[in-house]
Amino acid sequence: MDLSFTPEELAFREKARQFFRTEIPQAIRDKVAEGRHLSRDDIVTAHRIMNAHGWAVPHWPREWGGQDWSPVQIYFYQDEMQQACVPPPLPFNVNMVGPVIAAFGNEAQKNYFLPKIANIDLWFCQGFSEPGAGSDLASLRTSAKRVNGYYVVNGQKTWTTLAQYADWIFCLVRTDPSAKKQEGISFLLIDMKTPGITVRPIQTIDGGREINEVFFDDVKVPVENLVGEENKGWDYAKFLLSNERTGIARVGISKERIRRIKQLAAAERIGDIPLIEDRRFREKLVAVEIELKALEMTQLRIVAAERTRPKGKPDPASSILKIKGSEIQQATTELLMDVVGPYVLPYREEREDGWNEPPIGPDYAAAAAPTYFNWRKISIYGGSNEIQRNIIAKAILGL
Amino acid sequence: MDFEFTEEQRLLKESVDRFITAEYGFEQRKQYAKERDGWSRAVWRRFAELGLLGLPFPETHGGFGRGPVELMIVMEAFGRALVLEPYFSTIVLGGDALCRALSSDLQASLIPQIAAGEMTLGFAWMERQSRYNHADIKTTAKKDGSGWRLSGEKTLVLHGDSADKLIVTARVGGAQRDREGIGVFLVDAKAEGVERRGYPTQDGLRAAEIVFNNVRLDDIDLLAAPEQGYAFVAEMIDAAMAALCAEAVGVMSVMQETTVEYLKTRQQFGRPIGQFQVLQHRAVDMLIALEQARSMAIYATMMVEEENPTERRRAMCAAKAQIGRSGRKIGEEAIQLHGGIGMTMEYKVGHYFKRMTMLDRQFGDAEFHIAALADMGGLIAA
Repeated sequence: MDLSFTPEELAFREKARQFFRTEIPQAIRDKVAEGRHLSRDDIVTAHRIMNAHGWAVPHWPREWGGQDWSPVQIYFYQDEMQQACVPPPLPFNVNMVGPVIAAFGNEAQKNYFLPKIANIDLWFCQGFSEPGAGSDLASLRTSAKRVNGYYVVNGQKTWTTLAQYADWIFCLVRTDPSAKKQEGISFLLIDMKTPGITVRPIQTIDGGREINEVFFDDVKVPVENLVGEENKGWDYAKFLLSNERTGIARVGISKERIRRIKQLAAAERIGDIPLIEDRRFREKLVAVEIELKALEMTQLRIVAAERTRPKGKPDPASSILKIKGSEIQQATTELLMDVVGPYVLPYREEREDGWNEPPIGPDYAAAAAPTYFNWRKISIYGGSNEIQRNIIAKAILGL
Repeated sequence: MDFEFTEEQRLLKESVDRFITAEYGFEQRKQYAKERDGWSRAVWRRFAELGLLGLPFPETHGGFGRGPVELMIVMEAFGRALVLEPYFSTIVLGGDALCRALSSDLQASLIPQIAAGEMTLGFAWMERQSRYNHADIKTTAKKDGSGWRLSGEKTLVLHGDSADKLIVTARVGGAQRDREGIGVFLVDAKAEGVERRGYPTQDGLRAAEIVFNNVRLDDIDLLAAPEQGYAFVAEMIDAAMAALCAEAVGVMSVMQETTVEYLKTRQQFGRPIGQFQVLQHRAVDMLIALEQARSMAIYATMMVEEENPTERRRAMCAAKAQIGRSGRKIGEEAIQLHGGIGMTMEYKVGHYFKRMTMLDRQFGDAEFHIAALADMGGLIAA
C-alpha cells in the first residue's frame, strides 16, 4: 500500500500541467474559471490544440490516435485539465460517438469519421433523450423506417446540448417497433443539414442556450450511416455510457473552484474581517473540502482497481463518483453564491461577444447565480443521481 | 500508487480475520465482557500468540517492527468484532509512546512484557476542563531530588482501571494551556498515591477516573523531555486517530452489511423490504458514506509517517471529521432501517451504533475537527 506516484507518473503530471497552462489560451481558461459560456470557436480552438498534441483522444485505440495511457496517466490528464480550467475535448465526439464507431463501425465509417471527430472537423451532438424517454431511455419512439436504401426518420429528440453548433447528430432510433423495447433500437449517424431537421433552442434557468429540441420530419438517412447492426443500438448505447467513468467525479474542477472561492473570500469583507475568517463560512467550506479529499481518494481507489478489471467493464462503484462528485460540485456553486452575497441579484444577459457595460457590484458576481442554477443539471444528466442509486443498489448491494 | 496489501500484510489480515470469526463472535464477546476486567485475559494471551501485541515494536526488543498499515488491518478487524481488550490503549497509543521513549533501558524492560501479553497500558491525558485540548493540563509534576512528584486528576482514561502502567501528561512548567512545559511520564498504576475509580462506558468498554496524590516518579519514567512533550503527545494522538479511523471503518462496514442483509430478508407487505426503492436509496447512501470513510481512513494511515506535523494534523483532522460524519449517518440509518429490532440490546447493530457514537468522541468529534481544520486554512491552498 503506497500513495506515492512513480517519478515517471509525476513527470507526466508536470508535463500535463505545463501543457494545459501554456498551450491553451489564457482567455479561454479565464472564461471557464469565471463561469462564463464558451463560444463555438473557444471549444474548437482548445480541442484542436489538444488534438495537434495527440491529447484529444488518449483513451481511443492506438491506431486512431490513442495513447495507451495507464489509468494513473488518464487520471492526471483529466485532473490537470480540470484544475487548469481547460474545456475538455468535446465529449460528444471523443467520449461518446468516437469510441462507438471505433468499436462497432465498419472500416469506411472509421476512416471517414474518426479523424474528423478527433479533430472536431465534424461536431457531433447526442440524440438520445426524448420528451417521453428520459431516465427510461429505452422507451424512445423516434422511428426509422427502411425505404429504398434510406432510413426515413420521424420523431423528436430533446436536451440536445449545443445542437446549434453541430454538424452531425448520433441518434438512437426505433427500427423494430414490434420487438421488446431494448431490442428494436438502432444507432444512426445523421447529417444535421439533411432536409426535415429543425433545431429549436431551449433556454435554461440560468439564462443560457446550451440545449435544444431537434425535430425529425421524414428525414432521409442513407443506410450506410447505420453503426453496427440494426436493432443492436441499445448495446452500443450502454457501451457509450460506460466509457470514461472515472473522470465524472470532476475532482479537479471542484479543487479549482474551492481555490477560487478562497481567493474571493479573502478579498470580500464581512464587517471588519475578510469573509474567509468568518467561522461559519469557513467551516462550511472545510466540510466540502473534506468530502472532496475523500472523493479524490475514492476515485484513486477505483482508478487503481481499473488496472485489473477487464476493459469495457465499468466498475459500478463509478456511480459513487457521479453522485458524490455532482453533490460536491453543486456545493461549491452554493459557496460561490455565499461569497458574492447580495450581488447575485442583477441579471445580465450573456452575449458571445462579451459584456461592454460596467459590472454591477464586483466583476466576478455576475456568473455566481447562473453557475449555481446551471449546475443543478449535473445531478440530472448522464443518468440522474437516482438512476445511479438504482445501479448501485442492484449491482453492488444486490437489492 | 497502490492500494494492495503486501503478501505479509495479507497474511496478517487473514490471520486476524480468522481469529475474529472463530473466537470473537457476538455471543463470545458477551462472555468476555462479563469477566472481571470487562475484557478477556485469555483473548489477550491469544493476541500475544498471534504476534499482534508485538506488531509496532522494534525487532531488537522482540517486536515485529510493523507500521501504520498493519495497525490499520488489525484495528479494522477489531472494529468489525467490537473488540473489548485494551489493544488501542496498550499497543496503538502505548506502542507509539514507548517506541519513542527517551530511555532505552525503559524500552528494554517494558516492551518484551507488553509483547508477551503481561502488561497493559492506559493513557491519562484528559482533565475535567480540557475537552479535546491535550495542552490544557492542571496536573503537575514537580522535580524532587533525583525524581518527580505527580499530583492531579485525570478523567475518562480508557481501560485505566485495569492498566498496569499509565502514560500521564503533567505540567512541569508554563501556564495551564501552554504548549511548553508538558512532561509525559510512565506511572505504575499501583504506586502509592494512585487512586482509580473504574466504570463501564456506553459502548461496553471500561474507563477510569484517576487521582494522583504526590506520586513519586523516577527520572527514567520521563518518556519525553518537557520541551518536546506537546509534540510527543501530538504524534501519539495523530497515530491513534488513524487507528481509530480504521476501527471505525470496521464498525461501519458491519452496520452497512448487516442492514443490507436485513433488507434482503425482512418480509413486509409480502416481499423483502429491500425491494422498496426508498430503502434501496438509503442503503446506497450508507454505502457511499462508508466508502468515503474508508478512503479517508486509508489516507490517514498513509499520513501517519508524514514528518511535517501541520500536514499530518490536517490529514488526521480531515479523516476524523469524515469518519465522524459517515459514522453518524450509517449508524442512525442502520437503526432506522432495521426498525424495532435495531433498538434492542439482544440484536447486534445497536452495539455497533453505540461504539461508533463513542469513537466519534475520542480525540475530537467531527465538529471539533472541522473547526480545527478551518483554523489551519483547510486542505487546499488558496
